[in-house]
Amino acid sequence: MADTATLPAGGTADTARVGFLNRLRSGDAIAHLLTLAFAAVILLIAGMVVVELFRSSSEARHRFGWTFFVTSGWDPVAGRFGALPFIYGTLVSSAVALIISVPIGLGAAIFLSELAPPRISDALTFVIELLAAVPSVIYGLLAVFALVPLVRDYIYPFLHGTLGFLPLFQGPTYGVGMLTAGLILAIMVVPFVISISRESLLAVPNDQREAALALGATRWESTWHVVVPYARLGIIGSIFLALARALGETMAVTMVIGNNPQIAASLFAPGYTIPAVIASEFTEATSDLHLSALVELGLVLFLLTIVVNAFARLLVLATTRRGTARP
Amino acid sequence: MMGTLAHSTSSGPPSAGLAPPERMQPKLRISRLNFFYGAYQALHNIELEVAANRITALIGPSGCGKSTFLRVLNRMHETVRGARVSGEVLLDSEDALAMNVNQLRRRVGMVFQKPNPFPKSLFENVAYGLRVNGMRGGSRLHEAVEHSLRRAALWDEVKDSLHKSAYALSGGQQQRLCVARALAVNPEVLLLDEPSSALDPIATAKIEELLFHLKKNCTIVIVTHNMQQAARIADETGFFLLGKLIEFGKTETIFKNPSKKETEDYITGRFG
Amino acid sequence: MSRHHWRGFINALMFGLTAICALAAVFVLFWILGFLVVNGGRSLSLSFFTQLPKPPGELGGGMANAMVGSFEIVLIASAIGVPIGFLGGTYLAEFGNGTFPFLIRYTADLLNGVPSIVMGLFAYAVVVRPMHRFSALAGGIALSVILIPTTIRTTEQFLRAVPQMLREGALALGASRWKSITTVVVPAALRGVATGILLGIGRIAGEAAPLLFTSFSNQFWSRSLAQPTASLPVMIFSYAISPYADWHRQAWAAGLVLLAVMLLLNIGARLVLSPGAPRS
Repeated sequence: MADTATLPAGGTADTARVGFLNRLRSGDAIAHLLTLAFAAVILLIAGMVVVELFRSSSEARHRFGWTFFVTSGWDPVAGRFGALPFIYGTLVSSAVALIISVPIGLGAAIFLSELAPPRISDALTFVIELLAAVPSVIYGLLAVFALVPLVRDYIYPFLHGTLGFLPLFQGPTYGVGMLTAGLILAIMVVPFVISISRESLLAVPNDQREAALALGATRWESTWHVVVPYARLGIIGSIFLALARALGETMAVTMVIGNNPQIAASLFAPGYTIPAVIASEFTEATSDLHLSALVELGLVLFLLTIVVNAFARLLVLATTRRGTARP
Repeated sequence: MMGTLAHSTSSGPPSAGLAPPERMQPKLRISRLNFFYGAYQALHNIELEVAANRITALIGPSGCGKSTFLRVLNRMHETVRGARVSGEVLLDSEDALAMNVNQLRRRVGMVFQKPNPFPKSLFENVAYGLRVNGMRGGSRLHEAVEHSLRRAALWDEVKDSLHKSAYALSGGQQQRLCVARALAVNPEVLLLDEPSSALDPIATAKIEELLFHLKKNCTIVIVTHNMQQAARIADETGFFLLGKLIEFGKTETIFKNPSKKETEDYITGRFG
Repeated sequence: MSRHHWRGFINALMFGLTAICALAAVFVLFWILGFLVVNGGRSLSLSFFTQLPKPPGELGGGMANAMVGSFEIVLIASAIGVPIGFLGGTYLAEFGNGTFPFLIRYTADLLNGVPSIVMGLFAYAVVVRPMHRFSALAGGIALSVILIPTTIRTTEQFLRAVPQMLREGALALGASRWKSITTVVVPAALRGVATGILLGIGRIAGEAAPLLFTSFSNQFWSRSLAQPTASLPVMIFSYAISPYADWHRQAWAAGLVLLAVMLLLNIGARLVLSPGAPRS
């Protein structure tokens, strides 16, 4: 009969107990360890990026400390570096981009999810999502050669003429400036707002719409009062993702922001953003301190986008986990 | 290593929920088997002997643990995190829980509830197990594939379209393909987890017929929620309830003369 | 106007406005395409593809070195990024439940959102400074750091989409984990994974920011991968901001070429992927 004397007595047989060699032979451990090693590379990269950014910016950080973020002058020759204009420019251009792109993006998303017949909606969404794949320099070309004349010859006269009393719209322009940069940024982030908002809206259960309609609401009322609030977490998430993209956008902005490290109230005045100054000055940096200051700007940008992104993903995660917004 | 020659069991008094009376060495011997999903205990102290070259059926209501039990026999439970097993499972006196798991699975094959052919051709599906175990292509492989398809009663239907996708077959044919795929590696035991629950009556009848022929060279354990199926084809039947093996014995006895009340309740349909 | 009519009016108005928003968004693509075709098409000629850039003031010349340079840089980036991303994604899909995989996933997602110029800074510090020169290698490394997080996530998504049943079918036949992954799971997901990788490569091929101070640029052919190398996106940028009209025209032509490649790649990829398949 069974030679049970030589077999281990029955005890708890964990998956682990089966023996490391056994699993190694079964190839399980090899697959696990090999792929894990490659996956861990990404942690290595993330760590190295952070370390290198800190290291390369150390000269500037030690020289200027916290005053870096609140000083305004940027004079490479004299060795004075203040980050405020760039932080200001980055934030303002992104804000302009959001102010323009969110209503339009949300409106388009509503149309695509609630009103358009499915085939048309899919076709239009297909085209809009292609826009997300257009490289930044191409948008830059559009900005420089089509948008700048547009701002200079049409938008500026109109806004300056009608609303020129506002500090926002005062002063002369050459077509480049904060508004133009905000416009091209808006064009670039709108596909993201549309895409994610549309999916959030589509995820709203149909019985919500039907409940509103059954109470006599019009399609629009049911959409605006019921569907959109239900999907608000995903929509807000899309806005934050759009913000993160706008903050880091480099090429198109560099080409139309005007490259002037000043803080001005007017949207028509030239300005500067963090990515733009890095792109423009890095290869021409006159000193190690200059380079270090630019890297510190890059570090600020890095941390800023990480925070915004983390927050955005939390929102989108909350949408998918719980269904959608709690009332 | 094929099973021993068939040996007729002696008829005796109805079993009392434990292994049937004296006969040839059982193919599978399960002792003191307990199974846990984390803190939850799904199987309680199972004692069971599966006779070689017989069809053994496991019946019971949904959630009673019969599928869980089946998956321990080829250690598929190890794909689930937090699954723990204690006790002993002997395959011909070898410790199934300690041996190399891939070797165990070559000797103990499985057919699943829903047909799950690979997105490959018919030929490649059946050849998969053989290739994975080192057989090179060539006439030997072709012969083995044909042999398996014949055993699964599918050869005549597909012999001219071996290079078509497996998904071109009907549900019943796909399931027989999965049987052929499992048979290709010549398992000593074949586990079937409700193999015809997704099939129509004609396809079901075909599967049952082929199991009947298979048992000559193979030990078959089949989980089924269909009592009529167990009554039709099984030599021995075990009744599971809430993770316990309530009764086990010759199918005729279980169905006509069960010794436990729970068994009788289930058979006569008083619940589940 | 009765209240009822007013609400009906608002209904029609708002939906009209939203339709305009959607059409405006779609219009942008055709605006870009139209602009580049009209302005850039004229400057496209054989010499554009075969000649080196001429100094400013001299008409003609082409961007042959930029196209080859882009190809080289993207190749380096893919050679580094694709294996790491693919194997990392396999890890997350096949062994990926637990805190460590969660950490990897989260890190990949965060890195995905980092502006590409920051990755250029990283590559500058890690490659350009020690080497004391700009190089295609540095550019390739910068791009690979962008490619890896994307590839990990798309690979994971497509592998996860393979039904668990197929994995179990392979395991039940005695295949080891490794064999079941390589011979069943990956082939089943191959189409999606390959398309995802292709889209990732397409994305980095259009990047200019990380190349500005890593591979820099070159008026001539680069003799090795350790030299400054011209690339199409960077050249478009520098030509576009220059004051020379002829260079502007070449920038449009180059933009047309780049856009055409991007669109073909993306349209092809999306058509290959079945509708409803996971997209990042």
